[in-house]
Amino acid sequence: MKKQHWVRVAQLADIPVRGARRLKYQGTTIALFRTVDNTVYAIGDQCPHKGGPLSQGIVHDNCVTCPLHNWVISLETGEAQGADEGQVSVYLVKIEEDTVLIDVSNHVEPEPAGIQSIPVSIS
Amino acid sequence: MMEGKEKLLIIGNGMAPGRMLEYLIAEDSNRYSIEIFNAEPRVNYNRLMLSPVLTGEKKYTDIITHDDHWYEQNNIKLHKATPIASIDTSVKTITTSKGETHEYSKLVIATGSVPFVIPVPGADLSGVMVYRDLDDVDNMIKAASGGGRAVVIGGGLLGLEAAAGLHEQGMSVTVVHLADTLMEKQLDSAAGFLLKESMSEKGIDIITGANTQQIVGSETVSAVVLEDGRQIDCELVVMAVGIKPSAGLAKDAGLDVHRGIVVDDTLLTSEKDVYALGECVEHNSVVYGLVAPLYEMAKVLASQLLQQPGQYTGSTTSAKLKVSGVDLFSAGDFLDNDRREEIVLRDAKEGIYKRLVIEGDKLCGIVLYGDTADSAWYFDLLRRGETITEFRDTLIFGQAYQGAGLVDPSAAVAALPDDAEICGCNGICKSSIVESITTHKLSTLDEVRSHTKASSSCGTCTGLVEQLMSLTLGDTYQPSAITPMCGCTGLGHDDVRRLIRTHSLQTIPAVMQTLEWSSSCGCAKCRPALNYYLVCEWPEHYKDDYQSRFINERVHANIQKDGTFSVVPRMWGGMTSADELRAIADVVDKFNVPAVKVTGGQRIDLLGIEKEQLPEVWKDLGKVGFVSGHAYAKGLRTVKTCVGDTWCRFGTQDSTGLGIRLEKTLWGSWTPAKVKLAVSGCPRNCAEATCKDIGVICVDSGYDLHFAGAAGLDIKGTEVLGHVSSEDEVVSHIAALLQMYREQGHYLERIYKWARRVGVDVVKQQIMDDESNRNQLMARFFASQKVAQVDPWEQRGKGLHAYEFAPLKATKLQVVA
Repeated sequence: MKKQHWVRVAQLADIPVRGARRLKYQGTTIALFRTVDNTVYAIGDQCPHKGGPLSQGIVHDNCVTCPLHNWVISLETGEAQGADEGQVSVYLVKIEEDTVLIDVSNHVEPEPAGIQSIPVSIS
Repeated sequence: MMEGKEKLLIIGNGMAPGRMLEYLIAEDSNRYSIEIFNAEPRVNYNRLMLSPVLTGEKKYTDIITHDDHWYEQNNIKLHKATPIASIDTSVKTITTSKGETHEYSKLVIATGSVPFVIPVPGADLSGVMVYRDLDDVDNMIKAASGGGRAVVIGGGLLGLEAAAGLHEQGMSVTVVHLADTLMEKQLDSAAGFLLKESMSEKGIDIITGANTQQIVGSETVSAVVLEDGRQIDCELVVMAVGIKPSAGLAKDAGLDVHRGIVVDDTLLTSEKDVYALGECVEHNSVVYGLVAPLYEMAKVLASQLLQQPGQYTGSTTSAKLKVSGVDLFSAGDFLDNDRREEIVLRDAKEGIYKRLVIEGDKLCGIVLYGDTADSAWYFDLLRRGETITEFRDTLIFGQAYQGAGLVDPSAAVAALPDDAEICGCNGICKSSIVESITTHKLSTLDEVRSHTKASSSCGTCTGLVEQLMSLTLGDTYQPSAITPMCGCTGLGHDDVRRLIRTHSLQTIPAVMQTLEWSSSCGCAKCRPALNYYLVCEWPEHYKDDYQSRFINERVHANIQKDGTFSVVPRMWGGMTSADELRAIADVVDKFNVPAVKVTGGQRIDLLGIEKEQLPEVWKDLGKVGFVSGHAYAKGLRTVKTCVGDTWCRFGTQDSTGLGIRLEKTLWGSWTPAKVKLAVSGCPRNCAEATCKDIGVICVDSGYDLHFAGAAGLDIKGTEVLGHVSSEDEVVSHIAALLQMYREQGHYLERIYKWARRVGVDVVKQQIMDDESNRNQLMARFFASQKVAQVDPWEQRGKGLHAYEFAPLKATKLQVVA
């Protein structure tokens, strides 16, 4: 299994219920969502249709509706719903003591052995 | 004590070890010599029954599970009020706080949990207590005898039970809860809403979304202060925000402890011969705080101690609230995901909400409110993982309904007896509807409504009435083609608006429950619409649901294709000044605004602004008096004007001044769709007023009022509303017209479409001819404007919703294998 790289990104309370926050990370934007049942999801912030910022959409059930052209994207699989086709990347999320962490292993080169934690440059 | 037996020592005497001993002794009462060390000075009692003790329904003696006699009879030595100070696993001993040391062959740690006390200032004042054991209950009853108000912090199971108990004891009670819905861990938001209603009906105040900032008082508590500044005076504060495993003793002894004491499937800790059990335990990263899992662990541990097979593989938990008059049940995992489907049944009149979540062919989550009769049956299906495919269609109706076979809805209606009640609101039975249809030769739903009153109140029996019409009239009846608002409801916009009014529905969850929405929290189509309808209906009380607004109305700017925003400050009537233009130029320089454009509505658009820059941009624009132009709103956009008789040689009136006056009167109001106005100073119509939503053409004798024009997807000249002779009349007629549209328009329906639907003549008659109606409309408009005219840019420049604009930052990277 690929090594996971967990980054602390927020406290749960930082993300409004049925709302979203953006995370700028190494040149890309990741959208974090918190649904009505308090599940947190992280997906790429660009709609597969025309790159609309999904973090700015309306959150309903476990989907978000893109603010540009109303594509509905599943927060769980990143797939476009209904007749539309396309998918955004999905990040693993875990919550520890109300701290939200996401796995950014797709963005990071493997660490040399022995390093426990390094600071991450942020934009 | 008999020699030769293995020594089993137990730390803690709660319900889990109590149950474990019952199992153990039933199997083999001779195997161990058993000693229990209990920090509390009493025998074992049922903690689940603390709430009935608090309400006064039961006494301590009623809830004892194991009395002194039981311990004696079973040769168990109980050390009361004897806390353990340390464990030494290297020599297999434990030491009491009095310094006595005892050896063990097997040790069971069952130290339970401790209540979590939120670290706010004043948490240590006298009168601030937790709700955990019998001492707490005694203290609460004592405190309640003086009356006054209690604040319970935490709206979970324990907090609500404490609140109900204190209320029974005669105190006024306020529950403050951090999350937006009560019991959010066990209930979905729909059931949480119903629970809040029930608690409020009992007379308990509930404040959700409330963060406690501090508890104030000198020596004893006098008030709780919330983050938003609200202060609740009180004599008693009960903290019930949660529990944490009591694992300090185990940790000091070198055992593996994360959140709780880590155990494997045999409940063995990281040390040989040391077991742990109950709320102090962490199994597969899960910590349990309910009784059922503890009993399951107790059974497994008893088997282990008897060297019998038996493994603990985790528990499926369920929750029930012990508050009289409140029936709720939840179990399993009811979060949404793509592999899951939900079945929702709502009965608004009875206050019933049932939601079953199905994954594959199995039930995986249950939320029941109002009717929990089938909870045991559902929970059993869930725990046993039974396939429900065969009776899936009728699952939601409960166990009693099974075995009846699949039901065709119209056959079911046909099979109803003649005296079956169809319309509960008006008490209309099947036969009277059928008779009316035949005798009066009724052919439309509206006719049936007016003759029988069926389906004319709450409307939820409309489907049944229509089926009866189909049965009676055969193919000649075509159900009216009402387009439902969205996939979440069968009701159209008009029905929803009418029902919001007649039922006094004041929140989105209330609408969804009462009108029996088929989804749990709506969709991107219905939520903004409902939010608008509620804003319009209850301007002074309704709390705008921010997350149900489209992004532009959430951040008060227009989103562009690249995710940046455009900013359009208001230029009243299209007039501007050197100061304003200078401020705009300065903002363009300071923020490197990539594009500046003059709009069709006579103002200036700054394009390409990053979201995080918006509050600063607004702050700078606000310094010269700019306010939001609402260029993003379903609301008043612009009032376009010409220069009028001030400058123009053909001008007949002060069209610019009138435009500014209209804009100052109408700005800030939310409407079903955007609204654009124009005022032209003469019939040459340079402001193009005859293709606007509302237009004014000035003439020598006064003002021609126009409405229902369009120059977008459709092109349509305006209709003439009428003629008035003064500026005051222009303002009053247009305010009334706008209010009529606000109250009747479907969400996203522009004025010209609304007018076509309700009839141009109807609008003319009501605004121009019916003075009293006009005055009432106008009064409602101005009442709503009182709270609507707040500049959103100024508020956000000062920090409102700051989190919306700032991106999150990744703070630290951990490497986890």
